[in-house]
Amino acid sequence: MNPALLGLVTIIVGVGGCLGYFYFSNLILDKFIFPAKGPNAGVNINRANQVRPWLFLFPAIFALGLYLAYPVFETLRLSMTDRTQNDAFVGLANYQQMFGESKFWEAMRNNMLWLIVVPAASTAFGLLVAQLTDRISWGAAAKSLIFMPMAISFVGASVIFKLIYDTRPEDQNQIGVLNAIWLQFEGGAGSVIFLKVLPLIMVLAFGVIVAYVGYLLIKPFITADEKPGGLGIIAVRIIGIAVAAWLVITSIGSLFGIVATDLPYGEPQTWLTIPFYNNFFLMVVLIWIQTGFAMVILSAALRGIPEETIEAAVIDGANPFQIFFKIKVPQIMPTIVVVWTTITLTVLKVFDIVFAMTNGQWETQVLANYMFDKLFRANDWGVGSASAIIIMLLVSPILVWNVYNARKEMR
Amino acid sequence: MDNIAGSKSGLTWAVHISVAFLVALWLFPTLGLLVSSFRTTDQISSSGWWKAMFPTEQTIQLRTGGTAEAVQQDGLYVVEGNLLTDEGGPGMGSKPVAFGVSSREIGAYEIGETAVYSDGDETLTIAEDGAYRYTSVEEPGRRGQRVFLTAVTPAQATLDNYKTILFSGSGQDNMAKAFFNTLTVTVPATIIPIVIAAFAAYALAWMDFPGRALLIALVVALLVVPLQLALIPLLRLHLGIGIGKGYLGVWLAHTAFGLPLAIYLLRNYMVGLPRDIIENAKVDGATDFQIFTKIILPLSFPALASFAIFQFLWTWNDLLVAKVFLIDATGSTTVMTNQIVELLGTRGGNWEILATAAFVSISVPLVVFFAMQRYLVRGLLAGSVK
Repeated sequence: MNPALLGLVTIIVGVGGCLGYFYFSNLILDKFIFPAKGPNAGVNINRANQVRPWLFLFPAIFALGLYLAYPVFETLRLSMTDRTQNDAFVGLANYQQMFGESKFWEAMRNNMLWLIVVPAASTAFGLLVAQLTDRISWGAAAKSLIFMPMAISFVGASVIFKLIYDTRPEDQNQIGVLNAIWLQFEGGAGSVIFLKVLPLIMVLAFGVIVAYVGYLLIKPFITADEKPGGLGIIAVRIIGIAVAAWLVITSIGSLFGIVATDLPYGEPQTWLTIPFYNNFFLMVVLIWIQTGFAMVILSAALRGIPEETIEAAVIDGANPFQIFFKIKVPQIMPTIVVVWTTITLTVLKVFDIVFAMTNGQWETQVLANYMFDKLFRANDWGVGSASAIIIMLLVSPILVWNVYNARKEMR
Repeated sequence: MDNIAGSKSGLTWAVHISVAFLVALWLFPTLGLLVSSFRTTDQISSSGWWKAMFPTEQTIQLRTGGTAEAVQQDGLYVVEGNLLTDEGGPGMGSKPVAFGVSSREIGAYEIGETAVYSDGDETLTIAEDGAYRYTSVEEPGRRGQRVFLTAVTPAQATLDNYKTILFSGSGQDNMAKAFFNTLTVTVPATIIPIVIAAFAAYALAWMDFPGRALLIALVVALLVVPLQLALIPLLRLHLGIGIGKGYLGVWLAHTAFGLPLAIYLLRNYMVGLPRDIIENAKVDGATDFQIFTKIILPLSFPALASFAIFQFLWTWNDLLVAKVFLIDATGSTTVMTNQIVELLGTRGGNWEILATAAFVSISVPLVVFFAMQRYLVRGLLAGSVK
């Protein structure tokens, strides 16, 4: 059958089937199983109303259970079996094998970088745009254009950015924007300012901010005034401190790197093959897409701030920067956290960008692509499932946090 | 506000300029793709797309006429013609600036000069309008002589790439089939979850039953479960029960993966509907089914639209689910995203094909985006778990 026709039939069968199911199941319930007449009318109506929610819920519960809940446990089970040995139980052997692979640790390291850089950059840019466009006449149009990449597929965005990173031999005209700009740098004063001093300041600022966050996390342990909190919070603090320490060390390392490197001026670069830095070229794609999302949510939050608080600050003589950082940002902090976690979830699942642009070559592997590699190229379902479980583990703190908040809100 | 704290016109200008800069930065990549899709192969490979609005200088290799066009004059063989309008020439609008007769010196002679070949027996003259005169002592070869012409070509746009991609291209270059495959995946995968989710959301919002809070928490939890976990078990399931790889499988998968967000969005919206309407209808004797179809569904249109856009964008742009559940070894059910990834591998340097293919694929979501942005924003605001 023609796929389009098949699609049409599916829509009719699917939608008609659903509506028919809901209609007839209600009808049968009311007319035949618990008829609202005769001696038991009252009891029957009550009984019918107890059963009815489950009629409404059944298709959804069935689909969710089969397609989302069951696979979590099945994947957990598969991660402990070996397909080549007829699905025999092998305990943690798959995990052992995975932890022994350097490609896995490369994916973990890159994922950590993605997890920090992309949410931070998207949220920062989103907040910046939201604040800047808040009071200008053409703000809505500007926001709409910055929001636009949200509609573009990861694959489409990969093509767009591959064109930007494109490289031609030295004697030809560069058609990639990045190389065309790069070739403008000749090693003079401008090059030093843009390619040495500016990155130096940026990395330094990043390192200082991270160090400060680390200090805030560690403070309760070394001073007596504050309590470090319950067991869970202590665990979160320790993880946070470890990540912060790693980031500070990485920043210091790259500071030396920036100073020491001799930049190959005048040579076109194949950007996606430069180890370590190519990760950032891939991250740019996701930041470009996610900034619009952060902007929309944060813009709404900024509008929700009570005017009085800002007016009071203005009367007290606060300058625009103080108003922004001391009045507005603290008030929208919960929304910033929401945006941050939502983008974190997107980052953990990022697959298409890496798959389309480098396919994990040149040290750009990430977990989701590593998993796809194991599943469908190496055909190793055990290790593939194990890496999926790792993704699930990374997601689960956010999952718990979301459920906790949702329950709190419902009360 | 600004006036209260005194004049800030400088700062206002800074804001305008930085917003303009950011918008330009965000638009620039997409613009590059769009412009590239309207350029010819030669134009794309000879200059960056940002120069497309200006005339470009390019060097092309052409051939003079051969034996067939040669006439004998004064003991010499003479071939005359026009390089600009000959087959493969850059066209009459172009302006020749230099030419050469050997690949080592492709721009050695100016227009109007007479080039003498290294053996001394042959000469070539090219005029401003592209007319050339080639003379030779011996009879010229059948295929004519090589000429390297450097000409300034005016900016021009072509729709040929779109013709290739949509209609005339062969094999991988033709996206028409993939376009319809994508559409076939998308439409049912958008409509079916809405129906299922709407009923469930109504039950979760307006019906009292034990375990309701638990179910809502479960939906919130499933909202973030990475679909990577579902790939292997479901593929095994599909292969096991005979669905295999195909449209049915991908529809089912997309439906289920979209359900948590759909239920969550719709429930949050329905809970906010006025209680009075529903209770009045109940007093008047309406059944739950009637309340749902006659009152709740029409009132929930904005939330339904929000989710429909989300699900449409997500299924249209998806690569992973299609790769796992749909595309089999024959590749006849390939979707656009997958075909573009394959093109990236095989036609990595042919930017006119790649850019056009990518733009065809992103144009539909862009139209939907700009037409229904209001609902998308509303959905985003409601859907991010607070």
